[in-house]
Amino acid sequence: MAALTAAPRVAIFIPCFVDHLVPQVGQAMVQVLERVGCSVDFPEEQTCCGQAPFSTGYWDDALPLARRFVKLFSGAEAVVCPSGSCTAMVRRFYPELARADAGLRRELAGIGPLVFEFSEFLVRRLGITDVGAWFPHRVVFHDACHLLRELGVSEEPRQLLRAVGGLELVEMAEPGECCGFGGAFSVRMSEVSAALGERKVRNIEHAAADYVTACDPSCLLQIGGILSRRGGRARAIHLAEILASREGAGQSA
Amino acid sequence: MSQAERTFDRLAARAARDLPQQQIIRNNIVTYDRAFDAGRQRFADWQAARTRCHAIKAEAIAHLDEHLLQFEEQVQARGGHVFWAETAGEARDYILGVARRHGVRLAIKSKSMVSEEVHLAAALQAAGVETVETDLGEYIVQLRHEPPYHIVTPAMHLRREQIAELFHRELNTPPGTESAEELAGAARVALREKFLTAGMGITGANFLVADTGMVAITENEGNARLTFSLPPVHVVLTGIEKVIPRLADLALFWPVLSTAGTGQAITCYNSLIGGPRRAGETDGPEEFHVVLLDNGRTTALADAERRDLLHCIRCGACLNVCPVFHTIGGHAYGTAYPGPIGAALVPLLQGLEGFGHLSFASSLCGACTEICPVEIDLHHHLVRNRRDMASKRLRPASERLGLGLWRWAASDAGRFERAGNLLRRLLRYKSAAVREGSHLDPFRPWTRWRALAPPAESFREWWRRERAGQPGRAGKGAGN
Repeated sequence: MAALTAAPRVAIFIPCFVDHLVPQVGQAMVQVLERVGCSVDFPEEQTCCGQAPFSTGYWDDALPLARRFVKLFSGAEAVVCPSGSCTAMVRRFYPELARADAGLRRELAGIGPLVFEFSEFLVRRLGITDVGAWFPHRVVFHDACHLLRELGVSEEPRQLLRAVGGLELVEMAEPGECCGFGGAFSVRMSEVSAALGERKVRNIEHAAADYVTACDPSCLLQIGGILSRRGGRARAIHLAEILASREGAGQSA
Repeated sequence: MSQAERTFDRLAARAARDLPQQQIIRNNIVTYDRAFDAGRQRFADWQAARTRCHAIKAEAIAHLDEHLLQFEEQVQARGGHVFWAETAGEARDYILGVARRHGVRLAIKSKSMVSEEVHLAAALQAAGVETVETDLGEYIVQLRHEPPYHIVTPAMHLRREQIAELFHRELNTPPGTESAEELAGAARVALREKFLTAGMGITGANFLVADTGMVAITENEGNARLTFSLPPVHVVLTGIEKVIPRLADLALFWPVLSTAGTGQAITCYNSLIGGPRRAGETDGPEEFHVVLLDNGRTTALADAERRDLLHCIRCGACLNVCPVFHTIGGHAYGTAYPGPIGAALVPLLQGLEGFGHLSFASSLCGACTEICPVEIDLHHHLVRNRRDMASKRLRPASERLGLGLWRWAASDAGRFERAGNLLRRLLRYKSAAVREGSHLDPFRPWTRWRALAPPAESFREWWRRERAGQPGRAGKGAGN
């Protein structure tokens, strides 16, 4: 895909739980996008992509939210979202929801390809890997399921991390294994979800990482919540927060 | 909530806290993973093999009627019998009838998940026919009076010491006999007598070859060969979906099944059986029966969306890669087919009412779909099952109400923000009032295991404070 002209206009989609639980992720994404020359627009009418009702089976409740999203963002040059999962909802699951709605399918064909997960947007769309960030810590990357398997994004965030000043990127065991979040699954099968999360956390601790990062704030709520309950050294942080960081900038790497 | 669902939840929750048990499974899976990875390397293009398998199975299933008739005709031409069983009960009754006609007192069985599906062994035992499993893993779980844990490796949940103790108790092996060779040897001695005296041999089928009318059986122990060649009667019990169009297709399916199942290039034994013993042949049964079981499969066939569930070759790869299976194990599911394939397929075969809850036993991570050698859209089928449960009102009213409210709130930005703010403040006040994760915590299903600390200010509030009315940096949303 050809790179955009300078200073592309970007509409950001901030998932509902980012809005209320981890707003710093959205703020960091805005900072990074502006730093690389985008002008950022936050359409305030946005609400939720509808993944909660969709994956619980309530497609009748998800469909109006899909229509709403498509209407709200149609006409955008690019839509960028700090969650692989919500991006996958739009690109991969809206078409299935829209099976019986030819109008929505047509609109989706237009807007769908313009919806990007954050790391994907930087690397694939803008062709940028170095955003001038500094973060002098040992970091592991968690491949979130939807990002990895629905969108096929795995190398892009790592490229961005490798370009961060002072950052040491290490791989943990089973980086692509589910953290156990799974939306309603996390409370519906709470013990099983937690067991998966604890396994993920043991892999993070085994890699002696200071931070675990990902492109999905929902995974990070799960992983970070368990890390913080265990009181260990490692902490969870979104990729956008690392890319926004200038900690220790200018020191020799 | 059904009794089955409550039992499932209880077993799953208990297994989730049993780390030593999970470690046994993981240790087995590590060995499998290594073999599977190496196995895939032997293919010039594993992905192309998957795509080809998918296409061949799609062809087989699209013309299932023709293929099955073609199969039947040729088996009958060789003097074999074919019985079409619509239900599990019909399959059991037919096999019991064959056993009665021949006065069978002892039947031997090789591995067959369909026999688990129809509870064949229990029915035979109840009718006075001793039924002995001859696959080593199946034999072990039979001695323990439990169902297989996994569709390929039925005793994968056991440590060698547990098997040693079991054999000491059941087969009188000397205490402390723990080498795999000695244990397998003890089972071989015990089973040899059964092989030589059984009146009937029962096997499954890995493939039904339509163009030659043959049953293909894949195994590693040679027990299936003895099962179908020594007793005077051989009964094959199989699902109708096992059909492949041509003998030549085995050139692809045999190595794909072996690779995905165990990581082997090809299993130790692969047999093709076309009928009973013919004049001049020195071995093989005098009577040969094939029971073709529907038991809900035609429901899946009629479902264009989920028809690819009938592509399944029962390799077990989706179980081996599933983090939920690793955690809760095979027995919690309470079905012949556990793991992702079971969670997707069993609700279709046996009804959403009794088994739909299994489709919720997944984080939808998609590892199963990624690994499936015949490209079944497994984890998306779980969502489709959930959709059908919701539309048939098989889910709790509270859930329906909750998601309906979610939709209502999310249909208006102002309303959604007020609801979000309310929830966030509630969480913050709650943190001050009760100990996080305690029984008094209304968010306990989350906070029991994970901390949660919502901020004072939402993203929106920050945006308005920082950005609103600052043209040039960023404007207000397009929707405003």
